[in-house]
Amino acid sequence: MLAFVVRRLFGAIIVMLSVSAISFTLFNFVGDPVNSMVGQDATMEQRQFIRTQLGLDDPAPLQFVRFVGRAVQGDFGMSYRLGMPVERLIAERLPATLELVFVAAMIALVVAVPLGVYTGLYRHSPLSKVFLTLSLVGVSLPTFLIGILLILIFAVWLGWLPAFGRGQVVKVGWWSTGFLTPQGRAALILPAVTLALFQLTLIMRLIRAEMMEVLRTDYIKFARARGLSNRAVNFGHALKNTLVPVITITGLQIGSLVAFAIVTETVFQWPGMGFLFLQAIQFVDIPVMAAYLVLVAFVFVAINLVVDLLYYAVDPRLRIERSTGAGK
Amino acid sequence: MTKRIALFALSATIAMGVAMAAAEAKPFRYSTAQDILGLDPAINNHGPTNAMKSNVYEALVYRSAPGPLEPGLATEWQQVSPTLWKFNLRRGVKFHGGQDFDADDVIFTWKRLSQQTAEMQYTIRSIKDVRKVDSHTIEIETTGPDPTLLANLAYAFIMDEGWTTQNGGERVVAGAQASTFVNLNANGTGPFRVVERVPDTRTVVEPNPNWWGKHEHGITRATFTPIANPATRVAALLSGELDMMYHVPLQDIDRIGQTQGIRVMPGGTARVIFLGFDHRRDEMLDMPGTGKNPLKDLRVRQALYQAINIEAIRRTTMRNSSTPSALMIAPSVEGFAADQNVRAPFDQAAARRLLAEAGYPNGFPLTLNCPNNRYVNDEAICQNVVTMFTQVGIQARLNAMPMPQHVNTAGPTGGYNSSMYMLGWTPATLDAANPLGELLTFNEQTRLGLANNWGRYSNPRVEALTQQILVEPDTTKRRALIREAMTIVRDDVAYIPLHLEPQVFGIRDTVADYQLRALEDVDLRSVKMR
Repeated sequence: MLAFVVRRLFGAIIVMLSVSAISFTLFNFVGDPVNSMVGQDATMEQRQFIRTQLGLDDPAPLQFVRFVGRAVQGDFGMSYRLGMPVERLIAERLPATLELVFVAAMIALVVAVPLGVYTGLYRHSPLSKVFLTLSLVGVSLPTFLIGILLILIFAVWLGWLPAFGRGQVVKVGWWSTGFLTPQGRAALILPAVTLALFQLTLIMRLIRAEMMEVLRTDYIKFARARGLSNRAVNFGHALKNTLVPVITITGLQIGSLVAFAIVTETVFQWPGMGFLFLQAIQFVDIPVMAAYLVLVAFVFVAINLVVDLLYYAVDPRLRIERSTGAGK
Repeated sequence: MTKRIALFALSATIAMGVAMAAAEAKPFRYSTAQDILGLDPAINNHGPTNAMKSNVYEALVYRSAPGPLEPGLATEWQQVSPTLWKFNLRRGVKFHGGQDFDADDVIFTWKRLSQQTAEMQYTIRSIKDVRKVDSHTIEIETTGPDPTLLANLAYAFIMDEGWTTQNGGERVVAGAQASTFVNLNANGTGPFRVVERVPDTRTVVEPNPNWWGKHEHGITRATFTPIANPATRVAALLSGELDMMYHVPLQDIDRIGQTQGIRVMPGGTARVIFLGFDHRRDEMLDMPGTGKNPLKDLRVRQALYQAINIEAIRRTTMRNSSTPSALMIAPSVEGFAADQNVRAPFDQAAARRLLAEAGYPNGFPLTLNCPNNRYVNDEAICQNVVTMFTQVGIQARLNAMPMPQHVNTAGPTGGYNSSMYMLGWTPATLDAANPLGELLTFNEQTRLGLANNWGRYSNPRVEALTQQILVEPDTTKRRALIREAMTIVRDDVAYIPLHLEPQVFGIRDTVADYQLRALEDVDLRSVKMR
């Protein structure tokens, strides 16, 4: 078990190194940061001076080695755009993204699991057809369009919720939270729903398909023959056995929620990491881009590890295989 | 007993309500796409940021919306000799932190701005020395006569020597070198002081009660919120979360204008959008192996100019919001002459004839490099232009990229790697000397034009005139010189000017009046709350 975790962590380092190496080669194509930094009236000498100071004239491999050398010490450099340490910027923006992702994931799970079970059990009921049709909207409409539609309805027409921003936030230590104020909670609703919609649809359809699969199996028939209650059969036996793929997908989806909240955050001017990253691309803020990509790689690796560990918890077969030395 | 308490509570509530009404809180919430970059006045030469600096800091002179330069921290000035100026400084002025303003602060600011890392160095480039005569009088000596000194000084924002040095801000740190106190905090003498700044979220300012001038705006608290997505920005204005925002996307102008309680205020800016040519290469990038650069032929440039139907672009792509221009300077710029502002007519037959005369009856391949996220509808304009070029027989194609890549291709760091490109230019000083030096001069010795004249257009007569314009103190003579230079440039078709960039503001009725500025920014002094 411990060896497994250590091996995974070692793999994580390699993944993160390759991600940063690849991103560094890509930075050659995003443009010259100095032009964004100095404004139109700077002389050629001033531009060159800054370029030299930032080490932008050094060959890419040298820049990469310097970046890795500093990054292992927790120093990701300074944002070209905001003149602040990148790790501080990310620490400031991380709570916004994590709160948004947390609420979105909760909405997705809380709504998707019952809907998935219901549509799996009552395939032909009219209500199931309504749910499935509506869920098509979640899959097919792009996120930015859903966001704008929600803003139009709930902010412009009804005036119930704010159209942008995080509302009032409260500092708890270094963590800034929007949960503690009414405005903060109101501001969370629209972006969280926007972000949740796709996941919700996906999880619901997945559970439905898995449920339909499992309900056909023999042990469900035996369970019914034993006279177990519907609740025990459907939730205790059927749902539990659908969970392995659901956990995998949900876990990976949370990773992509963190990484790709970019669109939602931009539509709602949500001051999270995705928004920071998008602004960084427009400004050619290389230190922010590099740190963000490394962080996202780390998030994915970490979530994969957690997902693998969760398998052990829900699937006894894996534990047996490991303990007998099977499965390599 | 209970009744009495209830009554008391009721009257207390009413009293509070009255008190609040008496204070007449008038918050002003405004937005645009980009956040300001920081608060250090010596760096961040960027439209919205310069405007925020000018709300908080003051320079010796102040440029109000469209008008002439007004006294700022200097009450009066005189030019003692062509290279010597004397300024009387305003007395009794205090910085927001309570420090007194005097001549030492001006000298300190000048020295700070002289550093290589200071982007705003251009504002004091002609200054040789600043001397203190007494605590509230200074002399400025320039290296040569400089007629644009005052226009430049309007952006040299004065900092307090004590506050800056105590907070370790003497050395100017360009953008990404280190996190500095003076870039995250501000201490000016201006009409507003910074209350809160959260990057990418909001910057809050409040009126400075000790300001020497008269507060006429009626704002009690102004909150600047950047909103990157234009649709969200429009929604926030419609939902009443903003009092003012720009730029209104052109397709939303009608809709916003029809909404009750909101009006649209369109206007021109000082930014000329233009197309540039590769004037330098003997062999054009698009025609490898031929040894030819058709763009060096005046007839070809004239043909391309006359192939563009600027009225069609104005009507359709720009939805009547742009102002076509024949000159490289806008009406708000010193040196502009209305009678010169006449475009060569759109004439496809003439364009074809000129191309045939130049030896290209069947056209030639041509790539137009364009930004796709910098100017209003930039890529769409270029698409139109490419189609129009095709109509006269040019094998034109479009290469649209985000601005940083565009600069890195067609600009100096890309080795000026472009045959034709689009760019926009605003002279911050609102003086013709700036585009003449930056766009119409290319001189390896003086280093003028290397950064921004991407087509490397160079004409000895224009450069000689520019040198004179830079030092000519007499306004009438200077205007004649600018006129001559602009005529040569126009006849040479050094560039194809397209139009003036529009700026469209959406304003709620909470704001009684707003004075548009040519620089696409918000000066809070130009706001009048209802």
